[in-house]
Amino acid sequence: MQLLFLLEQVVNGLVLGGYYLLIALGLSLIFSVGGVVNLAHGAFYALGAYVSIEIARYLGFGAAVVISPVAVALLGILFERFILRRFYTADPILSLLVTFGLALVAEQLIRIIWGASPLSASMPSGLKGSVVLGDFLFSRYRLLLLTVAAGVLVGIWLLLNKTSFGRVVRAGIQRPDMVAALGIRLQPYMTAIVMLGVGMAALGGALFAPIALVHPAMGQEIIAVAFVVVVIGGLGSFWGVVLAALLVGVVRGVTIYFVPAAGEASMYVLMFLVLMFRPRGLLGERIEKFE
Amino acid sequence: MTIDSKDSNSAVQSPQRRKVLQAGASVAGAVALGFPAIVRSQSGPIKIGHLTPMTGFLGALGNWAVLGIKMAQEEINASGGVMGRQLDIFSEDSVNPATAATKAQRMFERDGAEVLIGEISSASAKTIMQVAERNKRLFMSTGPRSDALRGEFCNRYTFHVDIPVTVMVNAEGQGLLREGLIKGQRIYALTSDYLFGHDLAKAAKKFVNAHGGKVIADDLVSTDTTDFSPYLLKVRQAKPDLIATNLGGNQVTNFVKQYAEFGLPYPVAGFNLNTADAWAAGRGNLGGIWPTVWHQDIDTPGTKAFVAAFRKKYGKTPENHAWIEYVSLKAMVQAMNATKSTNTDKLIAYFETEAKIDLLKPRKGYFRNWDHQMMQEAYTFTVKKEGTYKEEWDFLKFSAAIPDPDQPLELLAPTKAENPCTFK
Repeated sequence: MQLLFLLEQVVNGLVLGGYYLLIALGLSLIFSVGGVVNLAHGAFYALGAYVSIEIARYLGFGAAVVISPVAVALLGILFERFILRRFYTADPILSLLVTFGLALVAEQLIRIIWGASPLSASMPSGLKGSVVLGDFLFSRYRLLLLTVAAGVLVGIWLLLNKTSFGRVVRAGIQRPDMVAALGIRLQPYMTAIVMLGVGMAALGGALFAPIALVHPAMGQEIIAVAFVVVVIGGLGSFWGVVLAALLVGVVRGVTIYFVPAAGEASMYVLMFLVLMFRPRGLLGERIEKFE
Repeated sequence: MTIDSKDSNSAVQSPQRRKVLQAGASVAGAVALGFPAIVRSQSGPIKIGHLTPMTGFLGALGNWAVLGIKMAQEEINASGGVMGRQLDIFSEDSVNPATAATKAQRMFERDGAEVLIGEISSASAKTIMQVAERNKRLFMSTGPRSDALRGEFCNRYTFHVDIPVTVMVNAEGQGLLREGLIKGQRIYALTSDYLFGHDLAKAAKKFVNAHGGKVIADDLVSTDTTDFSPYLLKVRQAKPDLIATNLGGNQVTNFVKQYAEFGLPYPVAGFNLNTADAWAAGRGNLGGIWPTVWHQDIDTPGTKAFVAAFRKKYGKTPENHAWIEYVSLKAMVQAMNATKSTNTDKLIAYFETEAKIDLLKPRKGYFRNWDHQMMQEAYTFTVKKEGTYKEEWDFLKFSAAIPDPDQPLELLAPTKAENPCTFK
């Protein structure tokens, strides 16, 4: 019985990991291709949630979850063209500062537009409640969340591995100078990657809005988790991020099962252990650009 | 260049020097005349410092508090002020305990505040209380609920308006007893992992044990937890008769939302919830029984008039932190009018007569003279069924006042034996 309960936590952790993945994968892609740690990533997550609430008011939940990420992704184009682009080759500290500053500005803007009080989104009543599969309890809504996350994951994998777009991006991660020498401009690819990345973050925000409160500082909460996932997974590794996201979700669930008070600290302990034994992360490759 | 700078230096210096001389002369004059106090306070507006969190996880509640005190101030000033003087109230963000103390000191020292009002965070209130004691001025602590503030940390310069943790637990507990959810029941507790949560859990366990219930688990929840699913799975595995939450701030709302998402069948109760948190949970998400200090449906002329005026002025229904700031300022003004003074000792002496104070509830309250805690009625609420209400604010169903009209108001409060407060 004990084992079964533990297994239930593991499965639930995998579901939660799927949601972490949505945010961390974009952060990892932007970092891998542009060499920029986008500390404003959480702001796009928060924007995704707020915009989805506005849209849901008029068009309902389904439309909100589709339109909000697209709208935020378009905003991501402006972000890349006018801000991020200036910092790809600059000292990393500059891009850290500018994206951190941007995160603060975005949080205050949200406070000005939507107010300091938390907002609440409701989920369609058909998605409320849970189903029991085998011996495991699943929230219906989270099953949907997991399906969407899996769909996005497959989509991104196909895009990176089965298209010419993906080939250029992967080459850009490994050897940006060689790509340039072949006469390919990486900038339009970078715009697309940023668009995809912040779009995924916004999708995460829109999907999480019905589960937890939507408030101006929500971006700060998620950026820490996403960053930990990327570090554990290893830079430049697609499957590393996937593995790390699931692992963080599982470790958190199991920790809460045994020592509830340590639940939120568990991922930092995990990061510590991984970095002790594998400084480049679980599946991180040796990348010239960063070493 | 050098001549220029010399010139500007002397130009800056001379009026300063003159000001210092003037100030010195007036102080000397006042001392010579022998009544410095009159020079200091008998003219101009009465200044009151208002500190409350406006940012951070209590910021949403603090913004309600500012609206409430503003409305009370305008009403008082429109009707001629206090002893013919207008009220000048300055509200500031208390931010955190250290900043709160610094601002409180500045308000007394430099801004000329006669008294301080405000706060929601128990931790910030603790440091402001120390500042008030050091300056020998009055601080009316409106929103903080920790028992320790009116217990081991109490001082004679601080008055506490909101109900303390023990009263919330007792009010909620009485409601749960009535529903048969304590005696002989297995209770699963979730407790916020910081001072307030631990305080709450301690009082709740004491109540449950005293009334024949059993706490089968008490899980600590970190304050930055947003996802409760691992806890919900544990709850389902334990199959309790009741889930009791000792959570704070955004945690409460996130928990009830996710509880509704998973749709577990066990009844939920909580020992702490503000009306704003309940509204934030959204319709259809909240269930269970919760305690509160005031609500907008109380059937008294005072509450009706207050709610109507607030809606007219701000276009929304007042939350309990707007109410508490409103009645607290009015209580302060009542004391100033009655004593015809802003003198700290006189104000304290007035409140210590246990003078009746209108809280817009059926029964008037009073500050108990040995711990300065406001004695007042409390309420519990449940949630109306979907479809039986129209307005967004209107889905909470409130109980009759606790204690019953024929019982003393002190019934729910900690007794002298339970509360270690003594004034120095």
